[in-house]
Amino acid sequence: MARRKSLLFAAMGLALAAAPLAFAVDTDYGKVARGRYLVHAGDCAACHTDDEGKPFAGGRAVPTPFGTIYSTNITPDKETGIGNWTDEQFYKAMHEGMRPNGQHLYPAFPYPWFTKLSRDDVLAIKAYLDSLKPVKQAAKPPDLPWPLSVRESVAGWNTMFFKAGTFQPDAKKSAQWNRGAYLVEGLGHCGACHSPKNTLGGIKKKDRFEGGKGEGWFAVSLDGDRRSGLGDWTVDEIVEYLKTGANDRARAMGPMAEVVHNSTMYLTDSDLRAMATYLKGLPADGTDRNASVPAPDDDRMKRGRLVYADQCAGCHMQNGEGIAHVFPAIKGNTGAQAQDPTSLARLVLQGAHSAKTPAKPEGFAMPAFGWKLSNEDIADVLTYIRASWGNQAEPVKASKIADVRKMIAKSSG
Amino acid sequence: MTSMTRRELLKGAALLPAAAAVATTAPITFVPRTMPSSGGRPPDYTAPAQGFLNTDEKAFVEAAVARIIPADDLGPGAKEAGVADFIDRQLAGPYGLAETWYMQGPWQPGTEQQGYQLRLAPAQLYRAAIAQIDRHLKQSQGNRGFAQLDPKAQDDFLHALEKADVKISGDLGKEFFEMLVVNTIEGFLADPIYGGNKDFIGWKLVGFPGPRYNYVAQIGEFGKKFDMPFVSIAGRDAGIRES
Amino acid sequence: MAKRLPPKDVVLVGFGWTASILAKELTDVGLQVVALERGGFRDTIPDFSPTTIQDELRYAVRNGLFEEPHRETLTFRNDASQLALPMRQLGSFRPAAGAGGAGVHWNGQNWRFLPSDFVAYTHNVQRYGKGFIPADMNLQDWGVTYEELEPHYDAFEYLCGISGKAGNLGGKLQEGGNPFEGARRREYPLPPLKRCYSTVLFDKAAKEAGLHPFPAPAANTSEPYKNLYGVQMGQCTFCGYCEWFGCGNYSKASPQACVFPVLLGRDNFELRSQCEVTKVLRDSSGKRATGVVYVDVTGEAYEQPADLVILCAFAQHNVHLLLVSGIGKPYDPQQNVGVVGRNYAYQITSSVDVFLDEVLNPFMGAGALGQIVDDFNGDNFDHGPHGFIGGGYLANWNTGGRPILQHHLPDKTPKWGSGFKKALAENYLKSTSIATHGCVMAYRGNYLDLDPTYRDVYGNPLLRLTFDFHDNEHKMSDFLTDRAAEVAKAMKPRSMHPKPRKGHYSIVPYQTTHNTGGAVMGTDPRTSVVNRYLQSWDVPNLFVMGSSVFPQNPGYNPTGTVGALTFWAARAIKEQYLRNPGPLMSA
Repeated sequence: MARRKSLLFAAMGLALAAAPLAFAVDTDYGKVARGRYLVHAGDCAACHTDDEGKPFAGGRAVPTPFGTIYSTNITPDKETGIGNWTDEQFYKAMHEGMRPNGQHLYPAFPYPWFTKLSRDDVLAIKAYLDSLKPVKQAAKPPDLPWPLSVRESVAGWNTMFFKAGTFQPDAKKSAQWNRGAYLVEGLGHCGACHSPKNTLGGIKKKDRFEGGKGEGWFAVSLDGDRRSGLGDWTVDEIVEYLKTGANDRARAMGPMAEVVHNSTMYLTDSDLRAMATYLKGLPADGTDRNASVPAPDDDRMKRGRLVYADQCAGCHMQNGEGIAHVFPAIKGNTGAQAQDPTSLARLVLQGAHSAKTPAKPEGFAMPAFGWKLSNEDIADVLTYIRASWGNQAEPVKASKIADVRKMIAKSSG
Repeated sequence: MTSMTRRELLKGAALLPAAAAVATTAPITFVPRTMPSSGGRPPDYTAPAQGFLNTDEKAFVEAAVARIIPADDLGPGAKEAGVADFIDRQLAGPYGLAETWYMQGPWQPGTEQQGYQLRLAPAQLYRAAIAQIDRHLKQSQGNRGFAQLDPKAQDDFLHALEKADVKISGDLGKEFFEMLVVNTIEGFLADPIYGGNKDFIGWKLVGFPGPRYNYVAQIGEFGKKFDMPFVSIAGRDAGIRES
Repeated sequence: MAKRLPPKDVVLVGFGWTASILAKELTDVGLQVVALERGGFRDTIPDFSPTTIQDELRYAVRNGLFEEPHRETLTFRNDASQLALPMRQLGSFRPAAGAGGAGVHWNGQNWRFLPSDFVAYTHNVQRYGKGFIPADMNLQDWGVTYEELEPHYDAFEYLCGISGKAGNLGGKLQEGGNPFEGARRREYPLPPLKRCYSTVLFDKAAKEAGLHPFPAPAANTSEPYKNLYGVQMGQCTFCGYCEWFGCGNYSKASPQACVFPVLLGRDNFELRSQCEVTKVLRDSSGKRATGVVYVDVTGEAYEQPADLVILCAFAQHNVHLLLVSGIGKPYDPQQNVGVVGRNYAYQITSSVDVFLDEVLNPFMGAGALGQIVDDFNGDNFDHGPHGFIGGGYLANWNTGGRPILQHHLPDKTPKWGSGFKKALAENYLKSTSIATHGCVMAYRGNYLDLDPTYRDVYGNPLLRLTFDFHDNEHKMSDFLTDRAAEVAKAMKPRSMHPKPRKGHYSIVPYQTTHNTGGAVMGTDPRTSVVNRYLQSWDVPNLFVMGSSVFPQNPGYNPTGTVGALTFWAARAIKEQYLRNPGPLMSA
């Protein structure tokens, strides 16, 4: 029986290649290492680590449209963490969203996605969490209005929007596609942000990955639409983006920069390629019908062109083509043509830093313009870029910018 | 030379209490200004709580800048461009208080090559010089201060001040006038966020279009005038927005 | 009582170019390195953001990125018969404070010195005879040759992404480059910057005058560039705010743009900002540095022990630290003995303003966008008839058209009034300038020591600068000004105004921040503070970086050579010193 050797515990570039679903029996040491990799893939730290000095001790405020939920302590502390949980209990939490005491977990914890994980993978994750330093930190109760504050209400939500079930491979598709599906639909929980949600926070299966709101940003569509989705991206480009934080057509900013920094930059090339293969299989949903863009001599376009020349051309260049390897082109840019311009507005208002990864350590950043540009200026320049250099996406209203300003002020106040 | 202590000059002035006389050897604790950025926007030079000059001093400065860069057939001048406001705000800020200058004694007059050796911060120099000038003028010009003279008389006086022909406190007048000319040019040509160069009056005169970050296409268009609307750090109309 | 901290392998004083490079090189081989920077931390965004950085008043006029004299400055006099008085405001030179040092706010004019510059004494005596050298000129050889530094010049150029055209590849002259330069192993990493109108006109006129103009080597990238350390840089967009400003789009070489991304995250590197080193400590023998004392922003004092102490502060600040720490024999100008503070030098500059009829758009510029004539630098011409040694370059720089400080007005323009206003309006867009950038030799009477009267905020005596131009400099500078005027005339201007540098050196108008010397390098401890590896003769575990080590200052901007010497010293430390700590050479 081949012993799976443990690999580097160094932060970067774990070369672990986990075969889809079928694993050789491991020593505990190998299991912990695999669990660590999976915890990176699942980006557990994004919610469960608030204080860098206390990893996975929870306490991070996770904003939802319904109120704020505070992440729990998943270190092995026996009183305030999950040190007392059995394998079965941990599996039930990940697979069904149920606590050992029978209480429901709120679906802010993405169990509707984690349900797909194999039992082996779930237990590897537990093995890793069990190896962490226990931290004494009690979870804060969620800040939700009644009746949502009553956990039983989740049962109703589950009835409508959740069906437990481990990932079932599609025999008609390649092993690589299946691995990608397993990661994207499971641990990656990409759809938790990148899917549209209804008023109750549920996602229709047919709408998955069509773009959605998350943490006050708009996560772009990952489907095959050529303007607003990944239709023009190659597998190589998707892999490079996830691994290094940027490619020649886009740079991860805002929450996605964090995802790269905490999660995807640790994944193996093979896993990233599998995810990209899966994503490239998503069909276009036709969002890219011809958006009604203004004519070049429309007042908004004229004003926007001038704002662009004053403010944006210094980095994104007068022809919208950016600077290779540094500033993304706006021409043909997915984020610039997203059906919802919230992220665009945030970038302009507040600026953002991109992720520093080993391959791309620079962390190029965009400055804030909110203090020097009015809502009208920003609306005009976004309208302009969404209708220039071959881009086609709906104009942006000044009122939308005002709304985004308010939302930012509220969330940081 | 009438020597004025800093305390005398500060009487009645709305200056910070920290501008008291300083021991020459005791270490000073302070917050250095080469500090991490305030987060992407310029510091609030744009809307200080108050200016430095009193009404008479402001009238003097306004009249003086109107002669230094006058309104004429080339267009509006320093007064219309709000340069008096600019100077007022500068004097109320770190520059006026010489916060970054070495202002420890002992004090000696130096050679021309050794630079400014007055004990006076710019705000103090303005206050002292304006008071002495107006006192001098009122005695010799029928109780009229500088602001009350007609433009030709003002010009004549400024020329005399420039040549140190006016007897006030040794070279104080000449030193003050040189500073005033420098500050006027600064106010006329600085970004409008500082209160001067109003409506881009200064930049329009010279043809400087304002801060922009990309001339890659235009730099090769030899001899062609650059034709874009004027812009300030604070945007096209030079106003700071709500954040 | 300074609180003693856990020891480090290396402590670097200051965090500009030299410290950034050394920190990268020494952490590469596993050393634990701490850098102590007196100013605050700064990074491209938000501190040099394109949205706020193009603010002439804040940065160029009110000195937003520089050191503040109220904390520490120096006293100045032209000669020892005078009383030195404090430089109360910045004027002639503008040292930095803050992470990145002057590497943040330089223009990016990047040079190699000439081969003959490094053997200035030997070369000039050989060619012109000992009698040609003034008796009070302390002319010295460097102890290192151009050939030895060539690979390190190359390293710094590939670190910065210099845009330029080689003039001498392996001994073969190349069209379009500087025919006078020392041989280089390979081309610059990037092609020259796009030309602007004034440099094209200057180029034509210089050629007509029989000279050899070429594009200035520029640390402003002409294309996106991945540098020696694998760090990606942007592309210069000619915003016209280089000198005295930080670059907002990663296209001017600086520690931030070139080194920080691969350095700051390292486990074995620590930067402590707003921490000013006030003294270098030694053991009782005096021959071993044990660390440094520094003061943090609250005024608390700390002792940082280290095995290797490297002074990476700005030129004269390194000398000040040596003097207040009592390291090395202070220079005595009367006897011409001693070394610390000896051979201070600077730059002598002049210009010819040129007024044309054509729109030149000066505001479209870059810090090292320029055309150069090097025919009159170093010993590139026969000095016999002229009675001076050394030289400088002529340049038409188009660094920007910032209206307050960068407008040219014809001679005899009134200083105020309608005449002044008219001249501004008529000339701002249609004027340029030919600058001369000349060498300054070292003299007995030009030196640094400690002031007896004035003190800094820590209670230490201020550095005292005694300096003036000598006949050699004036003759040489006038010669350059005349040559510049000839080229100006060939530009067929509507008028021109030569502005030679006359009289005594004044600390008031800005000239350059090219202060050199005071901790000179060499092979003779009687005339140098550090040996040819920049290692202190007195304290083998102490090194001194920067232009402090220049024996005299040639006619080029110093940063390229500062960078090259840093790589040269880093190699000596890594390959020789660390294996066998101790003196790297004997006297």
